[in-house]
Amino acid sequence: MKTFDYSRADTPQDAVKGGAVGNTRFIAGGTNLLDLMKLQIETPERIVDISRLALNEVEAMDDGGLRIGAMVPNADLAAHPQVIKAYPVLSRALLAGASGQLRNKASTGGNFLQRTRCYYFYDTAVPCNKREPGSGCPAKEGFNRIHAILGTSDACIATHPSDMAVAMRALDTTLVTLKPDGDRRRISIHEFYRLPGDTPHIETVLEEGELITHVELPPAPAGKQAYRKVRDRASYAFALVSVAAIVAVDDGKIANASLAFGGLGPMPWRSEAAEAALIGKAPEREAFEAAADALLADAKGFGSNDFKIPLTRRTLIAVLRDLTEDAA
Amino acid sequence: MHFTINGTKYDADPDIRTSLLDLLREHLGLTGSKKGCDHGQCGACTVLVNGRRINSCLTLAVMHQDDEITTIEGIGTPDNLAPLQSAFVRHDGFQCGYCTPGQICSATGMLDEAKKGWPSHVSESLDGDIALSDEEIRERMSGNLCRCSAYPNIVDAIREIAGEDA
Ligand SMILES: Cc1cc2nc3c(=O)[nH]c(=O)nc-3n(C[C@H](O)[C@H](O)[C@H](O)COP(=O)(O)OP(=O)(O)OC[C@H]3O[C@@H](n4cnc5c(N)ncnc54)[C@H](O)[C@@H]3O)c2cc1C
Ligand code: SF4
Ligand code: FES
Ligand code: FES
Repeated sequence: MKTFDYSRADTPQDAVKGGAVGNTRFIAGGTNLLDLMKLQIETPERIVDISRLALNEVEAMDDGGLRIGAMVPNADLAAHPQVIKAYPVLSRALLAGASGQLRNKASTGGNFLQRTRCYYFYDTAVPCNKREPGSGCPAKEGFNRIHAILGTSDACIATHPSDMAVAMRALDTTLVTLKPDGDRRRISIHEFYRLPGDTPHIETVLEEGELITHVELPPAPAGKQAYRKVRDRASYAFALVSVAAIVAVDDGKIANASLAFGGLGPMPWRSEAAEAALIGKAPEREAFEAAADALLADAKGFGSNDFKIPLTRRTLIAVLRDLTEDAA
Repeated sequence: MHFTINGTKYDADPDIRTSLLDLLREHLGLTGSKKGCDHGQCGACTVLVNGRRINSCLTLAVMHQDDEITTIEGIGTPDNLAPLQSAFVRHDGFQCGYCTPGQICSATGMLDEAKKGWPSHVSESLDGDIALSDEEIRERMSGNLCRCSAYPNIVDAIREIAGEDA
């Protein structure tokens, strides 16, 4: 690990002041940042400790939504009575991720910003455009079993590894930030992540020193919610494919559908076309197949991840069937 | 820097990069916590911070100066074993023993989480009663690997104590 200057922020204002100086990183739970610093994939000169900021509350909002502090640990969020009641897809996604120990440390803000688990990104002996812009992407012709099938570019085919962020995308979450100049921003999760294009090292729209302070969930959506994660082990493994789904059936027709996917793309993936293929249709195989077709129309495998295309199709259909079983 | 570990105060002056695990082992001589992977993947370094189980390899010592840290040395001693420790002995919950301190610290934190009603990935309902079935114990302990694969006996030991607690 490269050495660094350390300071602890007492207020969000303190934190962004510190964060505004180049090559500084916030540390929240540290479960991703320290992992990467040990391997010298991240080499910040300064670390601002945000773990003691008073951003650890989950509060009901006037409009019926929920405001979650960026420092709320994943474990506490998953077990929060209001999340269990109104946003079970979020509890389920959190509980499907990492381990009990990691969830106790991992923060809501940090989880959105965890970096890819691409093997080449982790191996500093080989090139990687995300780690060293312009050096190349060995994953395209190499081992790419865990890599993306949607939203890839010539420069990078890595996936975003989070489970939590997939549920957050299905729930139309808004991220609230504080910038070093004191401005606050509200960023829809649909605009938060960037496609890799030819700059895969830039992953979100956050500016230097910008701090996520809160996350806001709109009022509970109508319908049933589910999170299904397919992985190599029954527990403690990243997703090969995951589906967060919220589906409402009214009068024998699908009235509302929100679908987000993990393991498929460089960001938690959302497909309006797949949702449109369901709305107004009877909750039957034909509509589910059409949704899978729409989702996967542009899917592209790179060899060892080709299996993700049929796997995604089957997982989506199974989730939709489970969610609508007694409504049909 | 000042630390409170197992109720005892310690002063130390480690390099800023020192993980909590290295502080315990290399600076304070508390070698009960083990280093398996140093990357959050094995659970051998599990300790309790303010009663919550965490991986001590993935956090900086400097971040924990105001916390109550409990390591395996604070859970019990050879003459005065904690109930979980005796249960591991009774059920042969180990072979080489390397993962054991982490297993026991993790199980201590896990039983507390279950008592608070926290659901797990395998819980049928998110807000129902938590009965620590073998399936629940396995899922909740999945962050602790055992190279000797003593898993069946680890589950037996934890189940016995979970039953007493209930
Ligand atoms: C062995 C292992 C298995 C795992 N398995 C899974 C899994 O199955 N599913 C899953 O989803 N995740 C998994 N994870 C990843 C884990 O969820 C993340 O490491 C964690 O969520 C990151 O949160 P943190 O608070 O520790 O972030 P940190 O490591 O503290 O920070 C991560 C990044 O976010 C930045 N940051 C943090 N907070 C803020 C903020 N408020 N504002 C702006 N920037 C911020 C930091 O500067 C840093 O760049 C696993 C991790 C490990 C080690
Ligand atoms: S897929 Fe992305 S992260 Fe992986 S090697 Fe290629 S550029 Fe790097
Ligand atoms: S040494 Fe910390 S998890 Fe392996
Ligand atoms: S007893 Fe040997 S690793 Fe678990």
